[in-house]
Amino acid sequence: MTDVYLNENYIGDIENPKEFVRKVRSERRKSSIPGIINVYFDENSNEVRIESSKGRARRPVIVVENGKSLLTEKHMEKLGTELKFSDLVKQGIIEYLDASEEENALVALYEKDITTKHTHLEISPIAMLGICASLMPYSNFCSSSRLIKGNKMQKQSLGLYTANYLLRMDTDTNVLHYPQVPIVRSFTSEIFPQSRYPYGQNIVIAIMSYEGYNMQDSIIVNKGSIDRGFGRSTYFRPYSVEELRYSGGLKDEIIIPDKEVKGYRSEKDYRYLEEDGIIFPEAKIKESDVIIGKISPPRFLGGMEEFSIAANIRRESSVSVKHGEKGVVDFVVVTENEEGNKLVQVRVRETRIPEIGDKFASRHEQKGVIGLIVPEEDMPFTAAGIKPDIIFSPFSVPSRMTVSHMLEILGGKVASLSGKYIDGTVFDSKPEDEMRKELLELGFRENSTETMYNGMTGEVYKAKIYIGNIYYLRLRHMVANRLHSRASGKVQLLTRQPIEGRARGGGLRLGEMEKDCFVAHGASLLLKERFDSDKTLVYVCENCGLMGMYDHFKQRKTCPKCGSSTEVNAIELSYAFKLLLDELKALCIYPRLNLKNKY
Amino acid sequence: MADLFEQYEVFIPKPVLDRAKTLTKQYKLSEKDTKSVLDKIKTTYEDMKIAPGEAIGIVTAESFGEPGTQMILRSFHFAGASEMKVTMGLPRLIEIFDARKNPSTPVMEVYLQKKYSQSPTQVKEIAARIKETKLEEVASEFLLNIIENNVEVKLARKKMTEFNLSSKDIADIIVANLKNVTVDQDRDSLIIKSTIKEIKLSELYKLKEKSKEIHISGVKGIARVLPMKVEEEYIIYCVGSNLKDMLEIEEIDAARTRTNDVAEIGDVLGVEAARQAIVDEILKVIGEQGLNIDIRHIMLLADAMTATGEIKGVTRSGITQEKESVLAKASFETPIPHLVDASLTGEVDQLSSVIENVMLNQPVPLGTGLPGLMAKMKPKVEK
Repeated sequence: MTDVYLNENYIGDIENPKEFVRKVRSERRKSSIPGIINVYFDENSNEVRIESSKGRARRPVIVVENGKSLLTEKHMEKLGTELKFSDLVKQGIIEYLDASEEENALVALYEKDITTKHTHLEISPIAMLGICASLMPYSNFCSSSRLIKGNKMQKQSLGLYTANYLLRMDTDTNVLHYPQVPIVRSFTSEIFPQSRYPYGQNIVIAIMSYEGYNMQDSIIVNKGSIDRGFGRSTYFRPYSVEELRYSGGLKDEIIIPDKEVKGYRSEKDYRYLEEDGIIFPEAKIKESDVIIGKISPPRFLGGMEEFSIAANIRRESSVSVKHGEKGVVDFVVVTENEEGNKLVQVRVRETRIPEIGDKFASRHEQKGVIGLIVPEEDMPFTAAGIKPDIIFSPFSVPSRMTVSHMLEILGGKVASLSGKYIDGTVFDSKPEDEMRKELLELGFRENSTETMYNGMTGEVYKAKIYIGNIYYLRLRHMVANRLHSRASGKVQLLTRQPIEGRARGGGLRLGEMEKDCFVAHGASLLLKERFDSDKTLVYVCENCGLMGMYDHFKQRKTCPKCGSSTEVNAIELSYAFKLLLDELKALCIYPRLNLKNKY
Repeated sequence: MADLFEQYEVFIPKPVLDRAKTLTKQYKLSEKDTKSVLDKIKTTYEDMKIAPGEAIGIVTAESFGEPGTQMILRSFHFAGASEMKVTMGLPRLIEIFDARKNPSTPVMEVYLQKKYSQSPTQVKEIAARIKETKLEEVASEFLLNIIENNVEVKLARKKMTEFNLSSKDIADIIVANLKNVTVDQDRDSLIIKSTIKEIKLSELYKLKEKSKEIHISGVKGIARVLPMKVEEEYIIYCVGSNLKDMLEIEEIDAARTRTNDVAEIGDVLGVEAARQAIVDEILKVIGEQGLNIDIRHIMLLADAMTATGEIKGVTRSGITQEKESVLAKASFETPIPHLVDASLTGEVDQLSSVIENVMLNQPVPLGTGLPGLMAKMKPKVEK
């Protein structure tokens, strides 16, 4: 007896599970039961599982019966004209498998591999991969872990994310200025709309070192390329303000705040606001400039206070440019939201020109940040006068085994010289030999290396440099969003230690392990200096060991417990420790400070 | 020449000096050259000395911590013997540091005396003798007789001849090991009867399970044995460890036989041996991972763990407990009990170490924070 489960619920027993499963499948192929059903017999646990629920990933494969593919030449002739893909599914020639039914299937990669044991045939080997993975050219020449990481990075690349981006208010979006279609492309890029929404640029890359500024995955970028628009992008950030309604008929007001308002900033901060309290388009704004002026009723009003004078006081609650950001006001919308409140949204744009620290990557998980931007006249050049846009470190390749990266450079060179797209589809790409042959015919060395000259001295490099074209992506991680430093600033109320976080102008934490490094180096006095951000002066009574104070009226130090007759001395402590002593006292533990002369 | 070496005895430790002596002799150096060599040794040795105020503890901690992040979780396998799985890498390192009483995979390497370790058959015989045999293994079946209230053990004759045992021997062993039982022999089986009248069924069941575990022969705790050829001789790898009983076996070479159970070494051979075992075990783990930590760090750690005369782990109940400072103890893992204990006994913190001074924002008495300044006051001379 075998248990049968429908969508994880037990529904009954059957005698012959194999026959049962076979029957369900054949009925599905005949379309007498819905095609969304998948059935799976687990021999280990002796269970049959039928699935019809939503949210299962399924993929199409061709059905194989008795060692023969059901999809024949006849179908192929008619396909696209009389016959559609959906017809093949209806006829039971192609069926969709989910993850569990795949366990019962033996899928052949190619038609020639089919044996009588096989149950299915892959439509194309590329169907094993997802969209992102299949977009990578030559990915069968790349290690799988790199492919996975590479996929993640393609999702982070800048491009034209949507055609109507100018009408949208998406948070944190970037648009690449001169996006291009890859010249080494994959079959998938033709069937997906990706080719209309490109996400990178074709550039010239040279694999060499340059003054040591491209070690450890950093890259050298040609200043001339940047000036011509390489990697240039625009960053959009929307700011929005809503006129909220509060109890007692009070509400926010979008307006240029009056000087009497609580928390008024300064006249300069409000200078871009027009009469309606909203900034005008094309205003160049910097940090602390107000974008939308707003005043709100006081907080924590309850009961009768709503009618008191306090209710007439207004508090400043304008929205200003985020810490460390700048830009130009791009677009202003004044509208209403679902609750009928006035809603103002302002989109700020900022052109981001590649700078040192910005992240770039090829499609093969070869990511790197800019280490140096070299003036065009100092870049190395080939005999033909070609200067690379990017200089890439040769050490990035051998240990990672991203052969596909090298092949794409070769393919890109052939493509750009011959003016034809190169097909880099996985398992079905243009062979390396052919590309080498073509390159030779085009008048270049077949291994894509060229003699190059030092841009600064004009000397010939002893080595031949591998140079070619590759599709490069600008990734969304830019230093402009990360850059942060602080000398002094806000502190936490409780501990008087600096607050955390870049957005609030916080400090950089020197943590426990960093502290250990200071100690290990014996730099105790430096460590003390690092940690004195919360130092305070504490008066200690020599008699009771508790904290005293300075009495400003009598102008002398006193101890609240022992009076002014005892000796009270000032010592310097971290505020955090003073807090600990106070907390101990709250626990009825008497922490006593015994003072003695240090030396 | 001899005078020259004598001169340097004050500066250079003896083993180093002896090595220099043999090497200079070997290379036939002149007196002048020898002197320059010895000078170089002297300066190198002086440079290697640890300066006062050097934070050796933290340097040791960092020397372990950094390579620890690179360790891979990969267990080591003996070729062809999958049953010899030994905890390795970071988990094993943590096990040693914590000074756990029972390692997760106790293993012994039993070396034999030269005359016994050459022939494979002899080694196999010894290995079979070492391996612990339980009643379970010489019996084919255990039966519960509910009516008669007894346990019937059917013996496996074949196994018994293998171990050279008669059913009488086994009966004697059972009587010696279980309380309040009598054993009757009945052809191919033994009947274990409890002397307690009206025994409960659950107790009878317990008796059955207990009797399965009865030790018949071999060394207790040695679950598996694996003779292996290492270089010119055969040694026996054992899963399970029992150093004390193993040392009593005549054929083994007690000097070379070792176990990976540090606590057991401490019990059997003393704390000095345990210290060495900690060093060896850590070196083994580090070496396996292809890492390199200076032995002085490992020795310092082993010293800290064994300094009190017993093995203490690097835990809050181990060596941290030994710290003098209340604040230092409180800053590690469980602050409240430490603060409460200190308040009950009125402990005084001398603020003499690292953490407490960091907490108070005072210079740590190490490195630049160590030296103090003293003013030499001269009495004012009146004109």
